[in-house]
Formats: sequence, structure tokens, C-alpha cells
Amino acid sequence: MAVTLPGNKRPISGRTNEAFLAWLFSAPAIILLIVFLVVPFIMAIVLGFTNQRLVPNLNLPTQIIGFRNFTRLISDEAFLRGLLNNFYFVIVVVPIQTSLALLLAILVNQKLRGMNFFRTIYFGPVVTSMVVVAIVWTFLYNPDAGMINAFLKTVSFGAIGNINWLKDTRLVFPAIMVLSIWQGVGFQMVIYLAGLQEIPSDLYEAGEVDGANKFQQFFYITLPQLRNTTIFVVISTTILAFKLFDQVKVMTDGGPQNASMTTMLYVINQGWGQLKVGYAAAISVVFFLIVLMVSLIQRRFLREERQVQ
Amino acid sequence: MTAATKTSRIGFSMQKRIRNTLTYLVMAALAIFFLFPIVFMFVSSIKNNETQVMSDMSSLYAFIPRGDLGFVNFTDVFGRMEFGKLLFNSTLIMLVTVLSGLLVNSLIAYSLARLRFKGRNFLLGVIVALMIVPFEAVAVPLLLLVNHLPWFGGATTWLDSYHVQIIPFVADAFSIFLFYQFFINIPKDLEEAALVDGAGLLRIYWNIVLPLSRPIFATVAILQALASWNRFMWPLMVTRGVDARPLTVGMQTFFGQDPRIWGDLMAFASMITIPVLIVFLLFQKWFVQSVASTGIKG
Repeated sequence: MAVTLPGNKRPISGRTNEAFLAWLFSAPAIILLIVFLVVPFIMAIVLGFTNQRLVPNLNLPTQIIGFRNFTRLISDEAFLRGLLNNFYFVIVVVPIQTSLALLLAILVNQKLRGMNFFRTIYFGPVVTSMVVVAIVWTFLYNPDAGMINAFLKTVSFGAIGNINWLKDTRLVFPAIMVLSIWQGVGFQMVIYLAGLQEIPSDLYEAGEVDGANKFQQFFYITLPQLRNTTIFVVISTTILAFKLFDQVKVMTDGGPQNASMTTMLYVINQGWGQLKVGYAAAISVVFFLIVLMVSLIQRRFLREERQVQ
Repeated sequence: MTAATKTSRIGFSMQKRIRNTLTYLVMAALAIFFLFPIVFMFVSSIKNNETQVMSDMSSLYAFIPRGDLGFVNFTDVFGRMEFGKLLFNSTLIMLVTVLSGLLVNSLIAYSLARLRFKGRNFLLGVIVALMIVPFEAVAVPLLLLVNHLPWFGGATTWLDSYHVQIIPFVADAFSIFLFYQFFINIPKDLEEAALVDGAGLLRIYWNIVLPLSRPIFATVAILQALASWNRFMWPLMVTRGVDARPLTVGMQTFFGQDPRIWGDLMAFASMITIPVLIVFLLFQKWFVQSVASTGIKG
């Protein structure tokens, strides 16, 4: 662990020198993390109990208002709608995105020609900016004769068509889910791919000797071996789902009638749009507690696994 | 070889061929799903006639470059917006964030992995804990903070500047963790030998650790560069004009401008996407490895 070798002639002063250098090397990162992460984090908690505004109003000095922000949240329909939408997103997108990612990973992990080519294509959307993705898909969702409507019209022989995707309160959020999966699934595919490549091949050889068919191999070897990868993918996708912002900001700004509102969008619209920093901070605290809970669940699951081993 | 085994072998290879064909069909269908919006974007961007862009979008013509082709939409973008300025801003912010991030994060990670000092375990614990705190949770208080921070030359706010988009993202707990994990797995022999030869720690870091650690530097650089290039929420909050605005926010503003000309929008979108796609295609293996390393070992 230490660089100093046993029997090294370096005196004690060398050791202090080492500690000094260590803190010197660490100082820039520590200072930056404190100023731009720890301090604002503490500010979020403190401000959550005040009516702080972004631009101070001299006639209305900032006051401590106790839990009023939090009690207001409980009856704030837009906030509740946003929170509910985040859970809706998790319930629908996480299972679909995780299984699609696994399917893609298994497909490109085959020993066939051209797999790199397909992997590149599936991963492509990941490097595309979400703002670009949101705008291109807005075009695709065009209500008059957009490509998605035209496609549905063709496959349904004219039964479906001219849907106003982004203006319909029931369809707007599912429409956003589709492009979110499209953009994000390549990321999880690569993580699954790494997981697949770590599975020792003799497990499959043993399975084959025992007469297990491909499906049995998948359910009794692949899935159990990917347990930790799956936990990681599910948890990180869940956390990403709670951070949902870019695409809703660009495409709908939460509309129509808050149908596509999300927690993060509401935080930013309150804190930056309406300058209500105190209120936005209170929502940030709730948001953080959710993320914290999800992360703790992940650590719990992973620790259990280690104990079993 | 008997006739029976021969036919079964032929049957087997037949079966295999059918299965491979099916696999390729499924993979091709998926490839179309992942490609069509991007192809649609590029093809629409080079169609000079907006009426044609609109009439083509409901059929397969949307994917075929036809009619009056050229770069009118692209020149329009430069005419309607300071695209060059936006591109310069995004590039500058990305380069400075990534380069300073590599230095700052690798130095602390090196200390944590190699040097002996009091409070080391505590510091490591804090870094790991900080990985849970998402930037999104501190965005609004940070906005309040940077709104009133002074800067050289007498500025009293950080709004509308480059540094407000760089400095908060230089130190990154997750990058530190990635570096740390890599450094503790490097054999110590070389460094110890250099130490015996009387080399200083900074020289050891520069001449031995850095050259050995190219893969992790590439990984962190790619992850940070992508995050910086695509960052949207924070620059939206801290830039009010075009001076320090990056491409993403410029694109959103352009999207909101009347008249909404889809050909122009697709040209703008293509110009944001092309540089990243080129870099991605060149360093594909590195990109995939970077993403894979964010996962945990199964």
C-alpha cells in the first residue's frame, strides 16, 4: 500500500513529506467537490426550509418557513403529477429497456460475422445528444403526416392515423418513453455484453454435456451469472428515469396539462423559471431521498450476494 | 461414412443456416429501428426544398436523397444563428473540462491508491458517498451560488461565462473512483524501483503511472467529453445569450424560433451529431470499453 519499502533508509520526514504531497495532490479535487457539490447540497437542505428567491426582493426578505414548502408539495398537483410520471416511467421503461438490452447483447455476442457492425449501429444513439434526439423524434411524431403516423396508417390499413402524439394527455408520455428507450438501450447493451463475456465458457460446455438446450442454458446459466449486472442495469436505469429532463423540456415542457411533467423538470421550472429557489430546493431534497433509497437498495442486494458467496 | 450420418450432417448444417439467416433478419430489423431516425435526419438536411421535406416524410422517400439536393439548409443555419460561435463554445468547454478533469481526478486518485497519509480511508469513503449525490439534486442551489460568485476582472456573477460551465464539472467523484480502481491494480514494482533510484513522487506519477494508465485516461476522457458535449440543463440555466452558450441550448432556441423550418433544424441537428459520430466511429472500441467499465463486474 505504501510506496516506502521496508528497510528503506527514508527517515520519518519522508513519511510526512508523503502525507503533504498526498494532500497537495488531492486538494484541487477536494476543494472543487466541496464548493460545487457539498456546499450546494447543504444549501438545498437549508433552503428547503426557507422562501429564498433567486433574485432577492428587498421588500420580502428571505424567511425561515419551517416545513411549509414540504406541506405545500403534498397538495401541489403539478409536483405530484411529475413524481407519478417518474414512477410510471420506471415501471414501463426499466423492464423493457433491460430486457431489450439483454436481447441485443446476446445477439451481438454471437460468434457470427458482422457483429461489430451491428453493435456499432445499436450503440449509435447513445452518442447522439438527447436534444437532437428529442427534436428529430418531434418531427417523426408530426401529427399531420409524420413518419410514425404514416407507418401506423400503413400497417393498420388506414384504421389508425393522424394521432397528435405530443398533444394528447394519454399518449405524450408513452411517446417520450419510446425515444428514451431508443436513445438509451445501447448503453445497457454494452454493460450486459461485458457481463456476458465474463461468464466462463466451461459452464456452457458442462451444460451441453448434461443435455441442456439453449433455453435451459439461458435460464440456468446465463441469467444467474448476470445477476449483479442485472441489478446494476436496473438500478442505474431507475436513477436515470428519476433524472428525466432533457427530452421533456425540449419536446413538451411538461405539457399538455402537466401530462409529461417530471420531478426534475418541475425543480428547474420552479427554481430557474419562477425563481422560487426555496421551493425548488425542497423538491430537490425529495428527489435526492428517492435516489438515495434506490442506491441503498442496490448496495443491499449486492452485499447479500457477496455474503452468499 | 454412412448415408444416414451424411444426411443428418447436411440436415444439421441446413438447420444452422436457417437459424443464422433468422438471426440476421432479426438483427437487421433492429438495425433499421436504431438507424432510421438518424438517416432521416441526414437525408432531410440535404433536401433544399422544405415543401419536399414535408411531403417526403410520410413515405420511404424520407430516406432517399432525391429532388433538389444541396447545402442550402446548412447555409441557412449559419444565416439564422451564430452557429460557429456555438460550436466554438461547445468545443472549448468540452476540451477544458476534460483536460483539467483528467489531471485533477487522477491526482487525487493516485494519492488515494498509493500514498500513505492520515485520513486516507475517510477521504475514500467520502468520495464513494459523493458518487450517490446527483448533480441534478444540487443544480438549483448551485445556480443561486454561482449567480453571486465574483470572478477576475471585477465580475460579480458567473452567469453567461465559460467557467460556470467548466469548473463545477472538473472534479467528479465517479471519475476519481474509476482512476482509483485502475491505479490499485497496477503492480507497484516499477514505482518502488524508481523510488529507490531517488525519483520524486511527481516524476513517478508523470513518467511511470501516466504511461501505464492510458486506457483509464481514455475511458474517463470519453465519458467526460460525451457528458460535456451533450450537457443541456445546466447551460440552459446559466446562459442568457449566445456569448457562452453551447450547441445543445442553441439547438433548443433554434427549435423554438419561428418559422419552424424542418430542413434547417435537421441541418443543425446533423452538424451537432456528425463530429461526435466521426470520433465515435474512429475510437469505437474505446467508447464501448468506457461504457462497459461504468458497469460492475458480474
